[in-house]
Amino acid sequence: MRRLNYILKRLLQMLPVLLVVTIMTFLMIHLIPGDPARIMAGEKARPDAVEAMRVKLGLDKPLWEQYWIYLKNLVTLDLGTSMKFSRPVAEMIGERLPVTIALTLFSTALGLLFALPLGYVAGLQKDQPTDHAIRISTLVAIAMPSFWVGLLLMILFSVTLHWLPAGGWDATSLFSEFKCLILPAFTQSLMTAAILIRDMRNSVVDIIRQDYVDFAKSKGLSAGAVRRRHIIRNSMVSTVTLLSMRMAALLGGSVIIETVFALPGIGKLTYDAISARDYTVVQSVVFLFALLVLVVNLLTDIIYSFLDPRVEF
Amino acid sequence: MIGVAERILEVKDLKTYFPGRDELVKAVDGVSFEVYKGETFGLVGESGCGKSQTCRSILGLLKKPGRVVDGQIILDGQDITHLKEKELRKLRGKKMSVIFQEPMTSLSPVLKIKKQLMEVFDDTPMTRAEKQQRAVELLRMVGIPSPELRMEEYTFQFSGGMRQRAMIAMALGARPKLLIADEPTTALDVTIQDQIMKLINSLKQELDMSIILVTHDLGVIAQMCDRVAVMYSGLIMEMCDVVTLFASPRHPYTYALMSSLPDPANKGARLNAIQGSPPNLAHLPEGCPFWPRCTECADICKRERPEMREIAPGHSVRCHCLDKTAAYRGIIEAPQGKEA
Repeated sequence: MRRLNYILKRLLQMLPVLLVVTIMTFLMIHLIPGDPARIMAGEKARPDAVEAMRVKLGLDKPLWEQYWIYLKNLVTLDLGTSMKFSRPVAEMIGERLPVTIALTLFSTALGLLFALPLGYVAGLQKDQPTDHAIRISTLVAIAMPSFWVGLLLMILFSVTLHWLPAGGWDATSLFSEFKCLILPAFTQSLMTAAILIRDMRNSVVDIIRQDYVDFAKSKGLSAGAVRRRHIIRNSMVSTVTLLSMRMAALLGGSVIIETVFALPGIGKLTYDAISARDYTVVQSVVFLFALLVLVVNLLTDIIYSFLDPRVEF
Repeated sequence: MIGVAERILEVKDLKTYFPGRDELVKAVDGVSFEVYKGETFGLVGESGCGKSQTCRSILGLLKKPGRVVDGQIILDGQDITHLKEKELRKLRGKKMSVIFQEPMTSLSPVLKIKKQLMEVFDDTPMTRAEKQQRAVELLRMVGIPSPELRMEEYTFQFSGGMRQRAMIAMALGARPKLLIADEPTTALDVTIQDQIMKLINSLKQELDMSIILVTHDLGVIAQMCDRVAVMYSGLIMEMCDVVTLFASPRHPYTYALMSSLPDPANKGARLNAIQGSPPNLAHLPEGCPFWPRCTECADICKRERPEMREIAPGHSVRCHCLDKTAAYRGIIEAPQGKEA
């Protein structure tokens, strides 16, 4: 019950943040150089056509009224029409969102899969060769830009070995979609894994020295039980916080990775929209990214409250 | 009682060293003692004298890079000195267990008390409900009110004394024969200290176990112990029953410890602190480790390390100058026939 209250409270706290985000995305259209009505009407349009477009877009109304209309539309999921493709933006986002979410979750899962065991082993073997090797690898992984890693992997696994598609999206089956995600997800997971490994290692180094680990051993617990219940469980607390920050970064990174691998996700849409100066789309995806980051943060706080009972509700 | 009683633990010439980059810390440097069934054996000494490391050596829970380099540890007839971790863990909890000094840091902050209690029975073939029932009983045994509710809580919801009680419940869950209590009350305030000591004492009777009680508090020793070993710089300096220790100490260090206690007959007097500070365990002085601070120091003390000598049945002392220390009087009157 207390936890439910906590979640509701956190949801309410999201509202003011979202409001600020809407103001910023709304103003974005007005802050960019050039006149949207002129852009929409076309460069060689006559002045009266531009004026007609202005009225059609509602840009002749006072600013506060425009904002109010924008808010009302947002709540009813009416995100406007793409300037370039003349399609409802909500529809375009709806098509692409699953790809980005799948990519982000897959990258996160892969990152965790590498980070937990490697971070644990490095922490356990602090200052020994294994630890040094793992730490140097993480440094290298952090230092490599993801678009470059992506290209290298593409050359190896797609061009040379022909194991995986070099990019694009093959929606014939779930498996073909999965195959298209392997390389980009792996590329993205490297940095995440590296950052998590370093954090996990430091947590483990700290936690295996704690009295409660010795006390757990003194109860006659098996090595596995001490590891699972006491060392890893306690190390996870800080790693989960970091993971949520990484997920936010992964969402942002999707712009690069989806462009490199030509995946039809939100990131690629953002890139295309910016290139084409498709402001209604840009406005919506920026809002969407902000919303996703807020949702990830909320989820993290909820998971965190399960992991660490000391969290204040 | 001594002599006829069976030994639960025998430690013979135990040496536990911590090799550093360019120095060797001899935390325990040849400690021998035994603990009999049903007795409380006290290990007393200043911080860093090796009493905790002696305990950790017995439990096989030495922190890196500590290692038992020599000696023998025999628990209930079984040599456990070089047992593998896998074998050792079968003895922990069941034959020997420990309670640590810091109840704050010795329990996991993220698991319910219940879970930390029930895991004591990981290897026992019991259903979840039975384990839970046992957990309730254990909490009740250590005097935690409404255990059914409290065991659903986390350690941060417990007070220091309650945590120590919970830790005792966990340590005693599988009815060990030997309980090692490493300064169990040092972190608690005085009224709670007394409650915990009484609890440990009554549980000792109830569960028929032996206790090694590590402390730097002579008051606790007097209250709890049957026999006592006084440690200094990784060595036992004097070992005898508790009455002899307080009636007629024979080692200058023991005597100095007694003299540093406040004297109720002489209120307001300055306490007699022992001059100097304990030696660095990596650079022990030649000879007796206590000589730089000793009031009786002779030439031989600076050259040769004294051996442990039994000066009366059950009373051993490590000192060259026993003729000088024969005049020592302790802080209590010796009962008839007890004087060494």
